[in-house]
Amino acid sequence: MSGMRVNKYWSVAVLALLVLVLPRFVPSYAAFELTFVGAYAIGILGLVILTGTNGQISLGHGAFFGIGGYAVAILAQKLGVPFWASVPLAAIVSGILGLGLGLVALRLEGVYLALATFALAVATPSTLKHFKSLTGGSQGLAVPSLSPPGPLHGVITSEQWLYYVTWVIAGALFLLTSIALGGRLGRALRAIRDNEVAAISFGVNPQRYKTFAFGWSAAYAGIAGAIVAIATGFVSPDTYTVALSLALVTGAVLGGIDTLWGALLGGVIVEFLPLLVQKINPAAPSVVYGIALVLFMIFLPGGIARSIQAVIHPLRLRREIHHARS
Amino acid sequence: MPALLEIRDLSIRFGGIAALSDVSFDIEEGHVAGLIGPNGAGKTTCFNCITRLYQPTSGRLAFAGDDLLRHAPHELAGKRIARTFQNVALFDRLSTLDNVMVGYHVRYARGAARLRSDDGGRRAALEALDYLGLGEHANRPVRSLPFGTRKMVELARALVARPRLLLLDEPASGLTTAEVAALADVVKRIAADYSATIVMVEHHMQLVMNVCDHVIVLASGRKIADGPPEAVQRDKGVIEAYLGTA
Repeated sequence: MSGMRVNKYWSVAVLALLVLVLPRFVPSYAAFELTFVGAYAIGILGLVILTGTNGQISLGHGAFFGIGGYAVAILAQKLGVPFWASVPLAAIVSGILGLGLGLVALRLEGVYLALATFALAVATPSTLKHFKSLTGGSQGLAVPSLSPPGPLHGVITSEQWLYYVTWVIAGALFLLTSIALGGRLGRALRAIRDNEVAAISFGVNPQRYKTFAFGWSAAYAGIAGAIVAIATGFVSPDTYTVALSLALVTGAVLGGIDTLWGALLGGVIVEFLPLLVQKINPAAPSVVYGIALVLFMIFLPGGIARSIQAVIHPLRLRREIHHARS
Repeated sequence: MPALLEIRDLSIRFGGIAALSDVSFDIEEGHVAGLIGPNGAGKTTCFNCITRLYQPTSGRLAFAGDDLLRHAPHELAGKRIARTFQNVALFDRLSTLDNVMVGYHVRYARGAARLRSDDGGRRAALEALDYLGLGEHANRPVRSLPFGTRKMVELARALVARPRLLLLDEPASGLTTAEVAALADVVKRIAADYSATIVMVEHHMQLVMNVCDHVIVLASGRKIADGPPEAVQRDKGVIEAYLGTA
């Protein structure tokens, strides 16, 4: 038991070190791409909470990405709110809207919830275009870039600075999530997912937890959207299409929807899989993408993270048994 | 002193079918009571009314003087009413330990301590598992356990909630003969060690007659007998309900 925990700390420490030194060894555009990986990982972490842990489906989380992105853009451009305040505000705005959607979701289940959230994803671009005075219509809005603070000026580029900020936020959110899901809250969410009637009978209020899960995960998507908006330098309605929502779900499922590592792998997948399939067949990338998905689902149905665990776990168990005997 | 559980004129209809009609009975604190009757008599329906999963059409339900109909289903665990289910309702993707720890949900201290104060829950869950001889299964996925063991895990989960009233829905169904014999022992021990009042729906007559202080018989949604097991066993109406009349 304690051996496993030590292992976990080690893998987190190695990962943190990797994040810290990576920008020194890779070209600047790679740091830029890795910022997106961090942002997508945060967004997918929200789906790990909502879908993986609580069993509610959302095909519309791209909408919360958009809300986060636009919140940062509007706050910065129209009100001059600085980054450190606008990202938390973006999280709060999309979190509150997520709670609202969560209340609607209480009345819907399974396929119906999937359809309702899908409709949200479909409606997002045109809704953003509609409120021209606030959102800039089809043109979208520019988002000021994030320059490194005084002492680091000239030492690192603003891409590298955003990379570090993103991964610090990601690290904090992963830690927070790991703690919260490891205790009473996470157990209640999982209990509802596995058997709602039994959960109710042991004092879990399903309405409260399910609504909360929606708000919580939407807040993460909002943060992710805010970071992507800052990294891209602008927001426009056509960024937040159905394709984005589906990419998030795909990343979550392929990475491993019920583990935190799965969210991290999901971030990598969402950022790099499209680039990879583009290389394999530039003419029809979506065909290759589709085939890749099918193959994943057939051979690694629990996602990559679960499959890795399935390999590592028996090995570790065997080692522990060996230790115990000797 | 009023009874721990008072049920008065409880009726529930599903469409045109009266699942329960004017059922009244009392469960005294400290008793082990059996709720028996042929299939379709309304026993589980009665449980589901007590645990508020069903909304009765009319009638009154009082637990320790408290009107249960004024509470939402998820509030009953906090009033120390716990139950098991006829068809085993566990959390299939959780470990045995985590399943049992859900029983501790209402017992966590309030406030921020809830975020990571798992020690009390873990200790209570391991204690309950050990009490029922399930300690070795703690870290196994619950769905990998055999049916009879899963039923006992459900019982452990209910014990962790520290129930004042424990409702067991057909605890013996699907168990082997040896397991049923052990179950009789376990029920008696729980009643004593946890000072829990127990009501069980059960078809296994030998078990009911062996462990119950009090037996209530339902047939077609009505109460047809209510009393000590020996009296109920001799009751003409009960014999007719079970064997049918010529």
